[in-house]
Amino acid sequence: MKKTLLAAGVAAMMMGATPVMAKTLVYCSEGSPEGFDPAIYTTSTTFDATSETVFNMLVQFKPGTTELEPAIAKSWEVSDDGLSVTFHLRDDVKFQTTDFFTPSRPLNADDVIWSFERQMDKGNPYYKLANGNFEYFNAMSMGELIKSIEKVDEHTVKFVLTEPNAPFLANLAMPFASIHSQEYEQQLIDEGKPQQANQQPIGTGPFQFVAYREDAAIRYQANPDYFRGKQPIDNLVFAITPDAQVRYQKLMAGECQVMPFPNPSDVKAMKQNDAIQVLQEPGLNVAYLAYNTQEKPFDQPEVRRALNMAINKQAIIDAVFQGAGEVAKNPIPPTMWSYNDAVKDDPYDPEKAKQMLADAGVKNLKMDIWAMPVQRPYMPNARRTAELMQADLAKVGVDVNIVTYEWGEYLKRASAVDRKGAVILGWTGDNGDPDNFMGTLLSCAGVGGANRSQWCYKPFDDLIQQARTLSDQAERAKLYEKAQVIFKQQAPWDTLAHSTVFMPIRKEVTGYVINPLGLHSFEGVDIQE
Amino acid sequence: MFKFILVKLAQLVPTFIGVTIVAFAFIRLLPGDPILLMAGERGISAERYAQLQAQFGFDRPLPVQYWEFLKGLLHGDLGNSLVTHSPVVGEFFSRFPATMELSLFALAFAVIIGLPAGVLAAIRRGKTLDHTVVGISLTGYSMPIFWWGLLLIMFFSGTLGWTPVSGRISFMYFIEPVTGFMTIDTLLAGDWGAFLSALHHLILPAIVLGTIPLAVIARQTRSSMLEVLGEDYVRTARAKGLSSYRVIMVHTLRNALISVVTVIGLQVGLLLAGAILTETIFSWPGIGKWMIDAISRRDYPSVQGGLVLIAFIVMIVNLLVDLAYGVINPRIRH
Repeated sequence: MKKTLLAAGVAAMMMGATPVMAKTLVYCSEGSPEGFDPAIYTTSTTFDATSETVFNMLVQFKPGTTELEPAIAKSWEVSDDGLSVTFHLRDDVKFQTTDFFTPSRPLNADDVIWSFERQMDKGNPYYKLANGNFEYFNAMSMGELIKSIEKVDEHTVKFVLTEPNAPFLANLAMPFASIHSQEYEQQLIDEGKPQQANQQPIGTGPFQFVAYREDAAIRYQANPDYFRGKQPIDNLVFAITPDAQVRYQKLMAGECQVMPFPNPSDVKAMKQNDAIQVLQEPGLNVAYLAYNTQEKPFDQPEVRRALNMAINKQAIIDAVFQGAGEVAKNPIPPTMWSYNDAVKDDPYDPEKAKQMLADAGVKNLKMDIWAMPVQRPYMPNARRTAELMQADLAKVGVDVNIVTYEWGEYLKRASAVDRKGAVILGWTGDNGDPDNFMGTLLSCAGVGGANRSQWCYKPFDDLIQQARTLSDQAERAKLYEKAQVIFKQQAPWDTLAHSTVFMPIRKEVTGYVINPLGLHSFEGVDIQE
Repeated sequence: MFKFILVKLAQLVPTFIGVTIVAFAFIRLLPGDPILLMAGERGISAERYAQLQAQFGFDRPLPVQYWEFLKGLLHGDLGNSLVTHSPVVGEFFSRFPATMELSLFALAFAVIIGLPAGVLAAIRRGKTLDHTVVGISLTGYSMPIFWWGLLLIMFFSGTLGWTPVSGRISFMYFIEPVTGFMTIDTLLAGDWGAFLSALHHLILPAIVLGTIPLAVIARQTRSSMLEVLGEDYVRTARAKGLSSYRVIMVHTLRNALISVVTVIGLQVGLLLAGAILTETIFSWPGIGKWMIDAISRRDYPSVQGGLVLIAFIVMIVNLLVDLAYGVINPRIRH
């Protein structure tokens, strides 16, 4: 405690701040940001350091949920035909004043339009600077979806779409949709140094950028003009600490107060430590085994279901996830709206599985199971998972050969329509919309791409396509619930697990909420002295 | 001497070309595709893939890519990182001083402990002290850096709380880089507290990185001391009745140092290799950690550029060692 006070005091003097009791929160982040323009990158490490601190979007996810709430836009309406969305902007949003930029005006519609034009207008200097590499914007097909953006008045912006698209709103809460200052970026262009926007960002967010030392630390201070009020902590420091064990040591030593991504094996000891509290939440993710539904005999739903029944998923949760996860039955996690809890999972029943395989005329089946070479948030150890599956399937007379490739190669080969075998893979949601799971991973359009089961089933596809065009969430939910029933009957995947996310923080930290989308935000966080 | 330098420099050219080929080929021989890695689980459409390939120039034949790489190199341009989109040269040199500072401290630690230990072991040949030095250096030499680093962190930082866990300086100090050497920059900034913090942060990583060179130096010093001690002129010196201090320090050590200097020079490569692991454990913001990240993301320009720069630096250091050697021992020049 003494150490913290001392640290806070010295930090205050360093910052030249008048209050001696300046509060500094240190976050032991897992890696370096790639840059400070959230539009051109795709990793959550970069988003934590940019969109979660410096920037705001038009709309945002309510902390701890995947529900939308107002941010820069105080309200919005969707036209009856679903082809346009009008946003009414707050009029009290100011861009940050730092030692490298002083805004002359508050945020208005021009900034919103600018923030999207820099990603879609080939003539925009930032588009040219980034060579159009706005990967998220592209991946979400925003360029095709947005027909035009119109300035209705100073504080009203209208997006005109090429087709009705319900997930569009959730997309606008994603980091790539951060609102930049047109004035700042235009000024940088005029000065001939537009790339500085990627090194010294200016946004409207709760914290403003102070300095970055490559691979070492990022320093922020509370934005005094923040539209939701100044933050309770004065300084925020990201201490870049790639090794999970070292992060843990630093947390124990009080060198940082919050750390992400602990080693699962350390969690038990952390929970017993008096100085530390371990927050936990089911992650917005799913791990699955995707059969190739175009390969014989996996083209028969009965065979896929039989194999699902032969695999003991609870044993995988216990051994591989060390209990830090739950068995999945649906392709979306239970924290997401439209989750159909009425769906019944195929039970673990090797005897019945054997019988079903025999009924389907499958004898002496040999198959490949692919194990990813990397650890992902939804899957701590794919190799071990594959071995457990191998042993389970051997019991029903299926001979499993485990294969693996280097990660990039794995992702590529797993996409091939004529691929042999079933692949272990997973997904972490990036906007909390069911379409982000079912549309991305299981639609006919995704075959040969992100749809690793190569599964195109019209009754299912019709439902999710229709759901995408509706703006009423209750109606959409009904369609997705139906889609989950069909999914379970057809079983293109064996749904394996939803992992648990752990967030160890020191006891004195209050107000920290786990973000289901896997980002880390410090808005509203305080330190009790 | 001038001719000697010229010959040495000329010898560098083919080596350097070899290095560029290896650096270029190394990352491309690894399986994996940077564009696919960037796309992740979502995958990427064939058109977008082709577009990115063309943009990065990966669609061109390898010899053409290599030629472009060489041309850039001659202009001091190693391209832009695929991940951060910033110039590789800038990314490298903003981190290199951190590695150099750590390596210098590690080397100083290795020399200050290793040299006297080797000398003492040689003088006390066959005694307990000798066995201890030989035993410890053997252990030190075979110590896995990763394990050793974590062990020290857990004990000195975790249990005792004497040293900071990781990083280069306390987060409270944001020193503007001038030389890039934290110890020097903090002094330039006139910030005594920051200087002490920087030193404090150097202790554990320097020990971890210096352990293997220390073992090598101690062993080399010991064996070359023993060799020289057996020479006729040392016997003569002793017979002349010189004090044993004089015999050891002047007649033996000076001559034994020749091979020790070479070994120290050779440690530079080893230090840079060891820095990769040490920096990862201690979150040390140097090129080691940077290279590991670049390799895991298959960031071709960063990896090939980084390798060439590291090789270039090692070659220069070896050249300087050769030259120093030529100065100490003029016979080498011929």
